[in-house]
Amino acid sequence: MRPSAVRLLNILVPIKRAVDYAVKIRVNPEQTGIDLNVKHSMNPFDEIAVEEAVRIRERLKDAVKSIKVVTIGPPKSAETLRTALAMGADSAVHVEIPDSAPSPEPLGVAKTLKALIERQKEGVDIVILGKQAIDDDAGQTGQMLAGLMGWSQATFASKVEVNPEQKVANITREIDGGLEELRCKLPVIITTDLRQVQLLNEPRYASLPNIMKAKKKPVEKLTAAELGVDITPRLETIKVTEPPKRVGGGKVANVDELLAKLKEAGFTGKRA
Amino acid sequence: MASKVTRLRALALYKELHRLGRDYEPSYDFHGKLRRLFEKNRNLTDDEEIEKALRFGEYIKNETLALYSLRKYRHLKRMYPSNSTSDT
Repeated sequence: MRPSAVRLLNILVPIKRAVDYAVKIRVNPEQTGIDLNVKHSMNPFDEIAVEEAVRIRERLKDAVKSIKVVTIGPPKSAETLRTALAMGADSAVHVEIPDSAPSPEPLGVAKTLKALIERQKEGVDIVILGKQAIDDDAGQTGQMLAGLMGWSQATFASKVEVNPEQKVANITREIDGGLEELRCKLPVIITTDLRQVQLLNEPRYASLPNIMKAKKKPVEKLTAAELGVDITPRLETIKVTEPPKRVGGGKVANVDELLAKLKEAGFTGKRA
Repeated sequence: MASKVTRLRALALYKELHRLGRDYEPSYDFHGKLRRLFEKNRNLTDDEEIEKALRFGEYIKNETLALYSLRKYRHLKRMYPSNSTSDT
């Protein structure tokens, strides 16, 4: 059996143009979704993913051949790609969907990414993306992609160490109750987290000179049809409503009143 | 504005700060203050003073970036609180 040739690593970072974190979400009048006529920006979890990819290259230097970012979205998503390029990615792919088309579902995204990965002549070794998008909070794309590709996966990563010679990555994950360390064979899918225990990294600011330089970086435009993927939604959203308004708390004058109110609410304090 | 180099530096700084100011609290009038502060220093000739002014501009840029970072961190922390009883 011929040993695999020493090959430089290619990193793919899928990103999403999502509703900006600071926007106050409102349900639309038809109750079919949220008001999308608001400020959008790169999903914060994806920012962490882009930053991690750039830091992996800073650590491994020449062992990383390229960092490619990809997004599936309307024409305006090109701005998000530009920001990622300004942060340090080398090239981008924009799978364009029309403005009127519904946002693709995680399975559709995963299938598109699979088609894109298979199209890459030089292969992909690491796919690193945010664990979920802040507008839909699905948290499925990374895992679905790993399933479709049959690749190893490490989700909710809080620390990533890549060993290009041995073709493995040691990844620390955030789990309930602490941290878990995995050793994954490349190629691997990594999803980035934002948890309290350990922030993976602080994404860098894309300065104006870098944004200008990013304009010269190549952006390939594709459609889902060209990739042979059908991204029609399979789920139908029936209704979207706001959570019930918080009912204010009431003040009580003394302990007796407190006990009376608790009894009213059904708390007897007696063992069942 | 003494030399061509410092002129370019001042312009680059102004553009960068202007872009940063877009996300600032609108009632603070970041752009207005930015313009007035730059205009106040438009006739500086002493190299030291120019350097000091440019450094102050850089300082404001870093402060603003730090504020934005903090605001984002706080927002996200509130949006995704750690519940020890949660499933994820």
